[in-house]
Amino acid sequence: MIRREKIQAMVYKELKQLRRDRLTAAMVFGIPVMQLLLFGFAINYNVRNIPAAWCDMAETEMSRSIIQDIGATRVLDLKYRASSVEEVQKLIRTGRVRAGVVITHDLEERLRDRRSAFQILTDGSSSVVTGAVQSLASLPLGIPGHTVDYKTQERLPIQVLPLYNPEQRTAVDVIPGLIGVILTMTLMLFTAIALVREREHGSMEMLITTPVSAMEIICGKLLPYIGIGMFQTVLIFLLGVLVFRLPVNGRVIDIAAAVLMFITSTLTLGLLISSFVKTQFQAVQLSIFILLPSILLSGFVFPYEGMPTFARALSKVLPVTHFIELMRGIVLRNARISEMPVQVFSLLIFILFSTILAWERMKKKRLD
Amino acid sequence: MIIQTRNLTRDFDSLRAVDNLSLNIPEGEIYGFLGPNGSGKSTTIRMICGLLTPTSGEVEALGYTIPREAEKLKARLGYMTQKFSLYQELTVEENLQFLAAIQGVPRREQKARITELCGQFHLEKRRSQLAGTMSGGQKQRLALAAAIVHKPDLLILDEPTSAVDPESRREFWEYLFELAGKGMSILVSTHYMDEAERCHRLAIIRKGSLSAEGEPLKLMENLGARVLLAEGRAEEMIHWRRQLSADPLIPGCTQIGNRLRIMVASEVEEPEAWLTRSFPFLGDLERTRANLEDVFVRATHSEHMEEEQ
Ligand SMILES: Nc1ncnc2c1ncn2[C@@H]1O[C@H](COP(=O)(O)OP(=O)(O)O)[C@@H](O)[C@H]1O
Ligand SMILES: [Mg+2]
Repeated sequence: MIRREKIQAMVYKELKQLRRDRLTAAMVFGIPVMQLLLFGFAINYNVRNIPAAWCDMAETEMSRSIIQDIGATRVLDLKYRASSVEEVQKLIRTGRVRAGVVITHDLEERLRDRRSAFQILTDGSSSVVTGAVQSLASLPLGIPGHTVDYKTQERLPIQVLPLYNPEQRTAVDVIPGLIGVILTMTLMLFTAIALVREREHGSMEMLITTPVSAMEIICGKLLPYIGIGMFQTVLIFLLGVLVFRLPVNGRVIDIAAAVLMFITSTLTLGLLISSFVKTQFQAVQLSIFILLPSILLSGFVFPYEGMPTFARALSKVLPVTHFIELMRGIVLRNARISEMPVQVFSLLIFILFSTILAWERMKKKRLD
Repeated sequence: MIIQTRNLTRDFDSLRAVDNLSLNIPEGEIYGFLGPNGSGKSTTIRMICGLLTPTSGEVEALGYTIPREAEKLKARLGYMTQKFSLYQELTVEENLQFLAAIQGVPRREQKARITELCGQFHLEKRRSQLAGTMSGGQKQRLALAAAIVHKPDLLILDEPTSAVDPESRREFWEYLFELAGKGMSILVSTHYMDEAERCHRLAIIRKGSLSAEGEPLKLMENLGARVLLAEGRAEEMIHWRRQLSADPLIPGCTQIGNRLRIMVASEVEEPEAWLTRSFPFLGDLERTRANLEDVFVRATHSEHMEEEQ
């Protein structure tokens, strides 16, 4: 039986309840507006300003003009001048740059012999970068009037060499990011509802009347899920290696350290959410609010290099961005964790910041 | 004094939940907090425990200044919340183990203590039962056991029996007397008269402020009114009650079955004669002893008057 008045009464009641729940009401508008604006601008497949290094061993007028031309395309942002190929490779491995232009001594000779004139090494662990650099190879380069106009060469003068994942398999590219997203998705919610569940249920009132300290409560809420997160990671890696032939190049100890830091930062972020919200439902909503940018802005789905500055800045405050960087570096490019201090410190600062903030909220052990 | 409050006040926005409450709660007794729902019992208890910050006024419990020294108090305090706050997904034993560890009971004593508590509160057969599947009375026994797992000096219970059948309520109070007999100071809030009557001392709270305080017997003796019973038929009773209540010399008038329980202020010298004269429709009148309900009704009388106007 469906009666109009009863449905109407139910609908009004729901709307009224929704209006009283400020956070939920804010989310109804906030999520679509924020996310659409954010991602509408952030999602841009036209990758530009890829951080890059160059190594000019020819040092001729020609080589300099090539470097200039490449810089002028704005696809690569030539930030570092390297003195050797090894240095370029190291910069790529540690994630400082994503590509490196290498011009050898025999530039003019190569052009005469109609071989490829120079190389661009790319970070193959990000297929987006390699793709963008490949498109660069077909851009109109060269200044008219040069003795040898490499533009007129029948073969492309640029040789693009992906340093890692040479077959450019998508699975390899995607798995490190996927690990980050899966862990964020499952772990943040665990701790996001951890405190608020006790509060809703009433056991928080009992807990804070015992001599247990706020930090003990926080640690007690974190540790079990750190264990669970580590277990999940092992599972994902096993599947990655066995099913998707994920090449694990880096050291296991480095991977474990990165995973541990990331899991902890995600869990403390959840705890921070939990210390602010009033109901479990709000905790879930806020988690989703953070989960979406974690998927979309972390460089997992859309190329980081294609994002405008503000989106990049935002992605830097998400732990998953740094984690995906670390994973690509350690797992695919065989970097040491010590070679990527920016990501490591970002995660550590994140852990420290959210733990202290959550603790601040809880340490008084009061209900008001 | 185990607990002292001075001019304790707490506001929630514009609402004054506790208003200038000054209490002196002696050691080693069961002290009752009697008041209707919303009178500020829980808020007062939470301020005593250091869970809520007073808007103004002072609290001292076990010699500690609250909330500044609340952490010191917590080690010697057992607190049973109004809502069942143990973990439904854990068993009786697991709940007690958790509380013992949290409360700092030494590890090697925990097992013996839990066995002792299960024996004391008749929970042996339920040790491995999930707390969530127990009845209201059993849950309260468990909550009480958990609240005293660390042998606190002061036990505070917030309406421990409000969701419990009368038989379990009686039994629960036996346990409280047992604990008081061992020297534990107990503060318990309730809205049941029969329970309040069993306390050594009690405070009647009305709209956040103290309206009567003392030993139950003394309170009844010093009611400041005499109690008379009048019989009548149900239909007339409503009208009678309305007329009687309107009289300022009648601070309380309650219908109990087919009888009317009438309180007459002590200013009236001969209450029977005065009643018959003022309300000729009343039949035979019979004197009776004051009970705590009368004390309560008298204490909360002006409140009803205000609300009806
Ligand atoms: N956290 C709170 N926020 C706002 N009002 C509250 C809060 N806690 C209690 N109150 C109000 O304070 C008054 C006293 O409540 P309470 O102390 O719970 O009474 P009791 O325990 O005697 O039933 C009530 O009117 C209640 O609505
Ligand atoms: Mg209450």
